[in-house]
Amino acid sequence: MNLGMNFTSSSSSWKSNDKASDQFPAGLRVLVVDDDPTCLRILEKMLRNCLYEVTKCNRAEIALNLLRDNKNGYDVVLSDVHMPDMDGFKLLELVGLEMDLPVLMMSADDSMDVVLKGVTHGACDYLIKPVRMEALKNIWQHVVRKKKHEWKEKDFEQSGSFEEGEKCQKPLEDVDYSSSANEGNWRGSKKRKDEEDESEDRDDTSQLKKPRVVWSVELHQQFVNAVNQLGIDKAVPKKILELMNVPGLTRENVASHLQKFRLYLRRLSSASPHQNALNNSFMGPSDPTFLNGLDFQALAASGQIPSQSLATLQAATLGRSTTKSTIPVALVDQRNIFSFENPQQRNNTGKQQVNLLHGIPTNMDSKQLANLQQSAYMSQSNLVPSHTVQPQPRTQLLNDIAGTRVSRNGIDFSRSNSEMRVSKNVVPNYDVYNEINQNRNQDWTLQNVGSTYGSSLHGGPDVLRPVLVESGFSSKGQSSIPVKSLGIDQQFNSSLVDNSLRVKAEMGFENGLYSGHFGQDDLMSAILKQQEGMGPVGNEFGFDGYHLDNLPV
Amino acid sequence: MEVNQMQRSFLEYANVLFREGFLDGQFSQLQMLADESNPDFVVEVVSLFFEDSQKLLNDLTTTLDQQNVNFKKIDAHIHQLKGSSSSIGAQRVKNACIAFRNFCDQQNVEGLSFGSSITFAFLFQLEQQIVAAGGAIPILSEFS
Repeated sequence: MNLGMNFTSSSSSWKSNDKASDQFPAGLRVLVVDDDPTCLRILEKMLRNCLYEVTKCNRAEIALNLLRDNKNGYDVVLSDVHMPDMDGFKLLELVGLEMDLPVLMMSADDSMDVVLKGVTHGACDYLIKPVRMEALKNIWQHVVRKKKHEWKEKDFEQSGSFEEGEKCQKPLEDVDYSSSANEGNWRGSKKRKDEEDESEDRDDTSQLKKPRVVWSVELHQQFVNAVNQLGIDKAVPKKILELMNVPGLTRENVASHLQKFRLYLRRLSSASPHQNALNNSFMGPSDPTFLNGLDFQALAASGQIPSQSLATLQAATLGRSTTKSTIPVALVDQRNIFSFENPQQRNNTGKQQVNLLHGIPTNMDSKQLANLQQSAYMSQSNLVPSHTVQPQPRTQLLNDIAGTRVSRNGIDFSRSNSEMRVSKNVVPNYDVYNEINQNRNQDWTLQNVGSTYGSSLHGGPDVLRPVLVESGFSSKGQSSIPVKSLGIDQQFNSSLVDNSLRVKAEMGFENGLYSGHFGQDDLMSAILKQQEGMGPVGNEFGFDGYHLDNLPV
Repeated sequence: MEVNQMQRSFLEYANVLFREGFLDGQFSQLQMLADESNPDFVVEVVSLFFEDSQKLLNDLTTTLDQQNVNFKKIDAHIHQLKGSSSSIGAQRVKNACIAFRNFCDQQNVEGLSFGSSITFAFLFQLEQQIVAAGGAIPILSEFS
């Protein structure tokens, strides 16, 4: 690779990589920032094993200083999201603005809204802890991608070096480093998109000395809003430009950005055929939350979320006016039920529900969706025989639930007096329930959801599954069920856990419903019932022995 | 010699720990990272983890004991513990964190102290197991 030729004009940081160009990824200079010493050490070791040059620090301030003092000293920054002294997103923004380096975020937090936040703040990627070697091995791709953009821009300003730039970039793309499939890297699609962009940018070089336009988050936001207003099909650069009303922005800038955007969308929607149908239905011009929808597609395409969740999410955003930061992921889970549910389920509440059960219907407008959501939950009452459902408070509740932030992974442990949290990770855990062969009333199969969700979110399902192992949610008579559900072994069975956990599990899963397979909606209804009234519902749920006060802690 | 032997027996015992669900696949990744230049990598990291997590849990308990509990802080603690335990592969600890984090959202102090006790217990359990395996962490650090 003759990277050297191009270096007179472009970023000088590549000069140091000249010699290492044969083994390209080696020698990549990584700055890793994490306040957790354990993670930091592990990351450092992993990165060293990838033959990268690693600098570690545990404070964002230190990282910024390092970066500022040594502007060209680093190729990529790896930062944790949650840090005590500075928010990881803030660091992300600053690095992007000041040094324009690719920044990858990391977190143990895999909730959608945080990941989305990372994306919208311009993170090149979002890695979920525990970070695996495979993920780190591929970070160099982000560097290349970014550099490529820079080269292109800078080259346009030079007369004559353009040819070299193109030639030099070709070999890089041909290098056969494929991202591990497991990553489901939703940014990976950008690489091919970038290749196609080359031809488009070449056209622009006819007008030389084009100043570089940085498509910041805000600018992109304006762009998307404009496109949104016009409608993706009707969005032409001229009109978008007018709508955006940004001084200094040219029609060409918008045009090239639009083209990339379209390719991006196309890439995402072609990621899975099923998804295609779903995406189409949510990309209507009247969609006020277009950007949200977009990012969801991105996420879905990566495999980070199953397409059904995507649809749900989009449905959720369509059906309510939500701010970008709070995404009612709760509804995702609920939707999952409906898309995955066994068609055998008895459901006689009408056509709408039936549709739901067989998959997310397309071509629904937001109003319909909202109705569906409501009626869908109503239908739960039919699906769950022993329940007496009060529809009204339920839908109210659902809205509340949906509006609130989804809780972290895990079982919902306690009684909740105020806000109800839908346990997002309950879904994947149901994976386990298939193993439990006890009396079931109905044949809920959530296995697909579980495994998809679990495996796509993390490197492997083993991360999630152990949470609910061997849960024996059987009849009320059983005494020490969910002790194991935490992976807690017999030692703790006796004293600490017995009553409390038991009751919780009973709360959620008993009611003579089923002990084998659990539909998510069953859990939902159980949880909702719990919310609706601990008192009156108590007996039904076997709350008898349950009070947190009794905890022998 | 002694160190190697201890490490070997620890590594053998690690299989037991995997089976029992104390450790998960991430720990294997760590084991693979150790090489000639960093032979004690696993020990080093595990020590770091225990140190850090014990501190975290202590902080957590202190925070919980206060009059006005700072739930945000607690959430941050739990989150970090979850992160580090998952990076190490301390499966049970991690799962416990996941499970009791909900209490934080609900601002349930009792639940939180309950949860943190369990987590602490798991941590201690793991530590004990490792020590029992002959990979006595505190002792080994003398050699490295």
